[in-house]
Amino acid sequence: MKKQISIFQPKLSWLAIPFAIIFIAYFVVPLILTLIVSFWDYTEYSIIPDFIFGNYFYIFQGCFTLEDGLCLTFKTYISTFFFCFFTWLITLLLGFCVAYFLAFYVNSLPIQITLFLICTIPFWTSNVIRMVSWIPLLGRNGLVNETLISIGIIQEPVEWLLYSSFSVVLALVHLYTLFMIVPIFNSMLRIDKEVIEAAYDSGASQFQIIINVIIPLCKPGIIIGSIFVITVVMGDFLTIGIMGGQQLASIGKIINTEMNYLQLPGAAANSVILLLITIFIIIVMTKFIDIRKEL
Amino acid sequence: MKSKNLSAISRRKMLQIGAGTSAAAITALYAPSVISSDPITLRYLGTAVSMGDEVQKKLFEDTGLKLKFIAVTTDEVTKRVLTQPNSFDLVDTEYFSLPKLVPSGNILGMDTKRIKEWDNVTSIFTKGVTPSGKKVGLQGTAPSKVMYLEGSTGKKFANDVTQYATLIPTIYNADTLGIRPDLIGRPINSWAELLNPEFKGKAATLNIPSIGIMDAAMVVEAMGEYTYPDKGNMTKDEIDLTMKIFTEAKKAGQFRAFWTDFNESVNLMASGEVVIQSMWSPAITAVKSQGKDCVYQPLKEGYRAWAAGFALPKTTKGKTADAVYEFVNWYLSGWVGAYLNRQGYYSAVLPTAKKYMSEDEWGFWMEGKAAKGDILSPTGAKLASAGEKRDGGSYEDRMGGVACWNATMDENKYMVRKWNEMVAS
Repeated sequence: MKKQISIFQPKLSWLAIPFAIIFIAYFVVPLILTLIVSFWDYTEYSIIPDFIFGNYFYIFQGCFTLEDGLCLTFKTYISTFFFCFFTWLITLLLGFCVAYFLAFYVNSLPIQITLFLICTIPFWTSNVIRMVSWIPLLGRNGLVNETLISIGIIQEPVEWLLYSSFSVVLALVHLYTLFMIVPIFNSMLRIDKEVIEAAYDSGASQFQIIINVIIPLCKPGIIIGSIFVITVVMGDFLTIGIMGGQQLASIGKIINTEMNYLQLPGAAANSVILLLITIFIIIVMTKFIDIRKEL
Repeated sequence: MKSKNLSAISRRKMLQIGAGTSAAAITALYAPSVISSDPITLRYLGTAVSMGDEVQKKLFEDTGLKLKFIAVTTDEVTKRVLTQPNSFDLVDTEYFSLPKLVPSGNILGMDTKRIKEWDNVTSIFTKGVTPSGKKVGLQGTAPSKVMYLEGSTGKKFANDVTQYATLIPTIYNADTLGIRPDLIGRPINSWAELLNPEFKGKAATLNIPSIGIMDAAMVVEAMGEYTYPDKGNMTKDEIDLTMKIFTEAKKAGQFRAFWTDFNESVNLMASGEVVIQSMWSPAITAVKSQGKDCVYQPLKEGYRAWAAGFALPKTTKGKTADAVYEFVNWYLSGWVGAYLNRQGYYSAVLPTAKKYMSEDEWGFWMEGKAAKGDILSPTGAKLASAGEKRDGGSYEDRMGGVACWNATMDENKYMVRKWNEMVAS
């Protein structure tokens, strides 16, 4: 019988210490501080240690009476969920197709690696530049509009190409599709080719193979990719800001504005709520699959 | 340096002359005792507006001091002063941040007795009137209202003139709307035009709440919707009213975009996405230097002004503090003043700056006269040709036409929330 190596063996557990230190110092401690500060009071120029729920009340002020329509927080979350959902859906479809092609249609390993590296090209430059480069393309006098006008499809420039929900989702998809491709591709490579052959031999069509064999076996990759994309988009304010012409709400932008105006406890309270909601989404997603078992 | 035609003298030549005279003047004025041993590097916290390699180079030539620029955004400056007061030796910040900075006790009053040119600082700062005695609008956080501290470590503004200044003023300007006259094709003369449905989808404003709200208030007043007792310190009801008008305009698609970074405003204007927007003067210059027609349009309701200055953090002491005073004195001694005036800003000490500018330059930038030759920016780009006049005219006309100043309101928290609501609508 093969000897199992567990990191919980006393001799090897010290290997986890360096990462544990980093994890505690840069993640756990700041998170606890954020939680603590979210209960503090503040003025224009200082934060005052306290234990008040005011910051949380302030966030949900007017949210349950609906007298002025939907409150700021709900509106902002709806807008954030909207971007999150569409970005997730499109990156998932794209990511799955690209990974599927790479894993099952490209047979030589060097070509597979080459094509995979090509997918990473957008990441060779900063994400601000990747975003800004859409602007001359999509603007009122941009390339797309000029082309459409010159071939006579439209008479007037189309306005919704830029500074709209469309341009935000487009930029987010452009930025984050790779986060889907990588884990799904990884899962697909681990699928035993004989399983697929068995399905084929039993008379399954290609579509049936995808639905009944590949997707179930790719679930861990899909879930991991989804977690990447959803957590990043939930907290985004830069892309939504630049591509939305600063006119579209995101929860990240609200936190950013509060930070700029030194309303740190308010920003902390908003961050805690954002964190709870994101964790909730991830818990729901991991209900579909036990990632630890699958890895 | 007296030349009728600037283009007759090459820029290099002019800098050489400038360098020679000022170096001589400075050595004569103050013996650089602090720099004799080893060069001091001052950590200078501020926005990118006042930071240039040329300033740094000239400073080193004249005084042997070096600067290390820490360039951040306006809001970030405030945050740094409050949270990390020991991370810089000198801060360049705006007057409207003072109601947040002073109560924290993190900045010291600057001793005006150690500022050589203090008596020549323009009366806009010290008395709230222009040099010729014209009253300036004082709504908002006008510099003259927050100029003095009770003592060097005071946490309260003094009502009377004292020895200690909160900020030593450096740079200021009167802001208005920028327009693309070639794309609008008719005269614009009121702030109300920002919300004119004629420019639906082609207007923009800035997404910096404390400045955006002031522009919004100028628009609301110009539309005749409401007259504020003090635009710079609105009540909750006034904030609600202002934001309601802007929210409706936003929902109707009036705005193409909001901007937070000055480069964004340049791109919006240069690309023609926007034809009328809240704008800052260097952005106008940047659009013009791309060969696009762009005007910093004077409006009948007046300007929204801003001003910045130097402050010492409480942690700067001894030799470093001496060096800071030396730097501030150098800054006000004229060369930088001319450098700022040539970019369309104003310098705090006018007589010293005048010495470093040609008669034609002074006439164009400060007196509203038609240029006799080409007017160049400090980097040598052509900003105006012979016969052209500055938008808005002379210093007296522009600063005398100020209606309000950038402000921090008592209801700031409420205002930021309402602003966010507008963005989310």
